[in-house]
Amino acid sequence: MRHIISALVENKPGVLAHVAGMFAARAFNIDSLVVGRTEDPKLSRMTIVVIGDDRVVEQVRKQLARIVPVVKVQDFVGQPVVARDLMLVTISAPPEKRSEIFSMIEMFRGKVVDIGQKSLMVEVSGPESKIEAFVNVCKPYGIKSVARTGTIAMSRQAKIEP
Amino acid sequence: MTSKSRISARSADKSTIKTGAQIIVDTLIEQGVDTMFGYTGGVMLPLFDRLYDAPIRVIIPRHEQGGCHMADAYARASGKVGVMAATSGPGACNLVTGLATAMMDSIPIVALTGQVRTELIGNDAFQEADTTGITRPVTKYNCIVKDVKDLARTIREAFYIASTGRPGPVLVDIPVDVAVTKYSVDGPVEMELPGYKVRSKGHARQITTAAKAINQSKQPVLYVGGGVIAANASEELRALAEKAHIPVTATLLGLGCYDQRKPESLDMLGMHGSAYANYAVQECDLLIAVGARFDDRVTGKLATFAPNAKIIHIDIDPASISKNVHVDIPVVGDAKAILVELAKQVEYCPRKGWFKKIADWKKKYALRYDQEASTIKPQYVIEEICHQTKSEAIITTGVGQNQMWAAQFYKFIRPRQLISSGGLGTMGYGLPAAIGAQIAKPDALVIDIDGEHSFNMTMTELSTAVEHNLPIKVCILNNGYMGMVRQWQELFYGKRYSKSYLSNPDYATVARALGAIGITVDKKQDIPKAIKQMLTEKKPCVVDFRIDREENVWPMVPAGKSLDEMSGLDIFESMA
Repeated sequence: MRHIISALVENKPGVLAHVAGMFAARAFNIDSLVVGRTEDPKLSRMTIVVIGDDRVVEQVRKQLARIVPVVKVQDFVGQPVVARDLMLVTISAPPEKRSEIFSMIEMFRGKVVDIGQKSLMVEVSGPESKIEAFVNVCKPYGIKSVARTGTIAMSRQAKIEP
Repeated sequence: MTSKSRISARSADKSTIKTGAQIIVDTLIEQGVDTMFGYTGGVMLPLFDRLYDAPIRVIIPRHEQGGCHMADAYARASGKVGVMAATSGPGACNLVTGLATAMMDSIPIVALTGQVRTELIGNDAFQEADTTGITRPVTKYNCIVKDVKDLARTIREAFYIASTGRPGPVLVDIPVDVAVTKYSVDGPVEMELPGYKVRSKGHARQITTAAKAINQSKQPVLYVGGGVIAANASEELRALAEKAHIPVTATLLGLGCYDQRKPESLDMLGMHGSAYANYAVQECDLLIAVGARFDDRVTGKLATFAPNAKIIHIDIDPASISKNVHVDIPVVGDAKAILVELAKQVEYCPRKGWFKKIADWKKKYALRYDQEASTIKPQYVIEEICHQTKSEAIITTGVGQNQMWAAQFYKFIRPRQLISSGGLGTMGYGLPAAIGAQIAKPDALVIDIDGEHSFNMTMTELSTAVEHNLPIKVCILNNGYMGMVRQWQELFYGKRYSKSYLSNPDYATVARALGAIGITVDKKQDIPKAIKQMLTEKKPCVVDFRIDREENVWPMVPAGKSLDEMSGLDIFESMA
């Protein structure tokens, strides 16, 4: 099962190495890991996607919490969350196919961020499944390069009552 | 002047200008350090210069690994934090085994390492190593201090992290320019550890659930580990075991936290544990784990471990709960506080049938060896040491057969009496550990029960013992083999003794050359006399016992088998 784990960590050198090292040492697999600053300059947020059974992920969560500069750990599984990936993709787009491609980009609520003579760079964000779907529809035109972030996530304010 | 009055004297004159090195020394004194272990070097010159006339005793090992083991055993014997200092590069790298040993056994150490000047870091400077990178997986926490204003706070945090929660080693890396920079210190600085929380009290409802399970249980077993010793909870454990009338088995690191002379003691469990402990665990209906972590050497095959038991797990580390074995009733917190609460809620139960069963196993499967043999049996040597020291000695060990025989045949009565590398299984631990323990407890009788190959690895530290005139005893159980490896080769590799022996020196001669006493014992009848002499020597004393070359450790649960699938019980029965 896919778990999104969010860890608030001290913004200090070595913390990422510590977290990544723990995953390697304990043979846990990281699907994606995103680190970024928060509103507090002393803290960063790591969003880590882990695939594994509940027992493994429970261990991941506990082992993360055990790392001294890790302040708080949350596993979003079973909770309503907003989860987003961001992708930049360059697609070959000869002039005669452009209108077709533009309408496709619009369907995915993407944004053209750069135009070349034979290609377009598109920015798309959304849940991982949407990003995957966009990659698939772009394939027939020819994808030149892709840069993707991993997932970032936050729990929704309105909780579903159990 | 006592250390307390020093602090107040210092905090009185606010805003003193000090070098980083002076701040380190003052913070060590503030943390109650009166003894440390350390090896100097280029980037450590500023610190060691300040230590020259500081009220801290500095023991210099012959190798940094030895020094780290000394600090570790000092901590295990005293309950205080052990301190080890080493220089950058090779000095720091040599700490790795010692830190990993302490990490696996949850032992509080603060390691201070020197580092090259801040502006040289990353340039492959002379004696540069990425110390924090190398030691991160073998420490509870580590960091580099690049600004002298953070130095005192970081060292204070290091002591706090090392000694609280589940203890462990903490390393602070200090570039030499930070050690020489002058800084105006204005009073103590608060610790900043937003991510470090220590849970002390257990959850009240969980404790009540655990107490109910104990009161309902017909066949409970207490399975206790090093966490009981770390929490100084032996008295509370005894109170619980007596009040609820529950038999107690210990892990290697837990030995001593329950008096092994008591009838409720099942001695050690696991791969080379006693058959009665292993059978009791396999047949119990409730297993109460306290400060133990269900290590593979304890559980054997996980799928069939304690198959009928509900499991209570008391541990300060939430990550230990349900890591290897599913736990029914977890109680996270300090063992001492939890055991006190638990003892209030349990009731006495005679459990006659259960204790009768245990008594029968104890009789049938008592640890035995061939007492009629003409060769020197290692078990006899240890029994004789135990007898002559009246179970009062502090025992350190190497790793392998010597360690298992020491655990089986010495009867431990107090916590902090057995000092052994359990988790990491570090050969060469015994001698430096004996030195560290003797320094922590100058009046105690400290005996290293060692193997010759373990001894080979760190025997240079005998010079350290001689230099400080420490009356440690080293009993080498010398069978000319890496005994445990040979035993596995005999049992599982068709007796092909591949590379499990090498050419060894005459240890008595080596001991004498280094300034210690050396005794060789090759006749069984000389054992009592040799041990008696050893115990009266005031200098470090090495006794080389030439034991039966192919004696095995029994019983044995082969790797991957269930605890009740022990080999060697037929040997016991034939000797009954």
